Amino acid sequence: MRKVFKLEDLDCANCAAKMEDAINKIDGVEKATMSFMTQKLTIVADDGRFDEIMDEVERVCSKVEPDMTILR
Amino acid sequence: MNKKQRRWRNRIVIALVLFAAIFAITELLPLDTWLDSHTAAVWLEFALFLVPYLVAGYDVLWKAVRNIGHGQVFDENFLMSIATVGAFAMVLFPDTDPHMAEGAAVMLFYQVGELFQSYAVGKSRQSISSMMDIAPDYANIEVDGALQQVDPEEVAVGDVIVVKPGERVPIDGTVIEGASQLDTAALTGESVPRYVEVGAEVVSGCINMTGVLRVRTTKPFGESTVSRILELVENASSKKAHTESFITRFARYYTPIVTGAALAIAVIPPLAGMGAWSDWILRGLTFLVVSCPCALVISVPLSFFGGIGGASKLGILVKGSNYLELLAQTETVVFDKTGTLTNGTFSVVAVHAEADVDPDLVLSIAAHAEAYSDHPIALSVKEAYRGTIDQQRIREAREESGHGVRALVDERTVLVGNDKLMRANGVGYHDCKLEGTILHVSLDGEYIGHIVIADMVKEDAAEALRSLHEAGVTKTVMLTGDRETVAAAVAKAVGVDEYRAQLLPQGKVEAVEALMSDAAKRDPKAKLAFVGDGINDAPVLTRADVGIAMGAMGSDAAIEAADIVLMDDKPSNIARAMRIARKTMRIVRQNIVFAIGVKVVILVLAALGIANMWLAVFGDVGVAVLAILNAMRCMNVKGM
Repeated sequence: MRKVFKLEDLDCANCAAKMEDAINKIDGVEKATMSFMTQKLTIVADDGRFDEIMDEVERVCSKVEPDMTILR
Repeated sequence: MNKKQRRWRNRIVIALVLFAAIFAITELLPLDTWLDSHTAAVWLEFALFLVPYLVAGYDVLWKAVRNIGHGQVFDENFLMSIATVGAFAMVLFPDTDPHMAEGAAVMLFYQVGELFQSYAVGKSRQSISSMMDIAPDYANIEVDGALQQVDPEEVAVGDVIVVKPGERVPIDGTVIEGASQLDTAALTGESVPRYVEVGAEVVSGCINMTGVLRVRTTKPFGESTVSRILELVENASSKKAHTESFITRFARYYTPIVTGAALAIAVIPPLAGMGAWSDWILRGLTFLVVSCPCALVISVPLSFFGGIGGASKLGILVKGSNYLELLAQTETVVFDKTGTLTNGTFSVVAVHAEADVDPDLVLSIAAHAEAYSDHPIALSVKEAYRGTIDQQRIREAREESGHGVRALVDERTVLVGNDKLMRANGVGYHDCKLEGTILHVSLDGEYIGHIVIADMVKEDAAEALRSLHEAGVTKTVMLTGDRETVAAAVAKAVGVDEYRAQLLPQGKVEAVEALMSDAAKRDPKAKLAFVGDGINDAPVLTRADVGIAMGAMGSDAAIEAADIVLMDDKPSNIARAMRIARKTMRIVRQNIVFAIGVKVVILVLAALGIANMWLAVFGDVGVAVLAILNAMRCMNVKGM
């Protein structure tokens, strides 16, 4: 399943790249792209475990950029 | 500026004022003599400069500490904190000049740069989203004679909606009442309004300018043109260009390497006895200041984003930055003929009358004879005839299948048709040197002339091909299923370099593949673009490096299959798209070369002890600001 999330307070382009990298390493994530310009996160991930995966996504993102929030 | 940015700005201004005041005090007042001790004066300076430093950068310091806890070592906040704290710590080396002013200044300018970046990025986000502000907020439906505003999502297919002047058409549909001018600029970039009346298709996203329209919807909101376009543009950013990924990879190595080098420079030479610790540590700190790749990491995606946004203003929708990049590398452009270089509809291109016969008479006779036919050929003859058709003059019109029409017009026998019809009736005709369908006309068994009907070449096709060559395309090819002679004529008229005629649909895929491997032999990086109208050529659009669909307003298949979608059906927009792509890539390259170049120069100068922290701050913030300003040029598509 493919989902797009809006991001709030994403202020650093380098962090976006790092978070994208980290999200892509999560088990069950097929492909994730984080766009600094449009402040959007696109995730293609395992259908059944999507919520679980999103929790993990939030966890890895808060490590890199704690100020950013993913609007779910 | 938003609230957060305003607070940030005020904080920086306060810090700047404090900094300037303290700088003046420490430079102008004889603190040494007042305090009667150099050391005490230095420590007083230290305490004073700490104030603007903390006002400007407490959040940076806090983030650095917090992120270290998360294992983010090469975080830019951390690097800036180390560099500036290090500069302050130079107070512990009494043998060297104090560097507190530099430490505070680095933090201040770093924040100024960050604020500017945030502002510039916000600005471009805004201007691009306003460009794409085509989403309708509501639809009007009539309930018991009164208009009601509802969410366009709630309108079912087949419902009747009312679009008042000044409103945006919310959903695709057909006009059932009213007539008006539609402004399609938001979709196509075309400023000439389009006239619609009963029976006309209207596309969502256009603005109704003059009259009230009642429209029967033909699609749900989610499948209407406006929703599809918005979806396409929103997703564009998820397809990243090769250059963007390169920069991300570069950033991943650049920071650790520079940080490592900073450590090496600070420690190794003094251990080897090549000078004072303070001197080498300062050089190492200068390294840290330029270790952030921000200029690149922000300006490259910003350039692509700007290029895509600018193109969309002209009705050119690019599905991802990678396609903009590929288009810039395109050297071969392959066109489908029908509907792309030609209008795809038949029209009269010439009327050749015999000597002593008025050409208007030929056309008038033919139009009357064909009056009852709705064959495409007949329609084009009637369209070309400017007068009105007087049905009283026609009797006994009869179609001779596959040959033409026989009719009695003004009580005289008229034959309109091909050479077979003429031969079968013993009329002496002659061929025409023009390409197309030849319609011979005879009156009472006597040949009076012929009408040439052909698919017309689009007005701007020849100019489009010329400007494509100017933009750097080396080869243009036309593919068509049409006959050799027709293809040759069109190829000559528009000026393509090569053509392939009589191709079956799958033959087009093969032809494109052959051209691609040909081009790859000459230059493996050269790309091929295919331009079609999205009808029957989806496989070719997918196969080419860049698939461009034109005239896509309202065509789902084209929007789906293509990489770049031209809302208009003007071939000249291809050249425009090409120019935008090349300009964007040029700016991206400028920024990469400029940013990396300046940083490398500063690193070398810093290692040699020539560059100080002030220069390093320029290398970080100054370069980022300049690169962003340069990237913002991508959005400007005026005169493209």
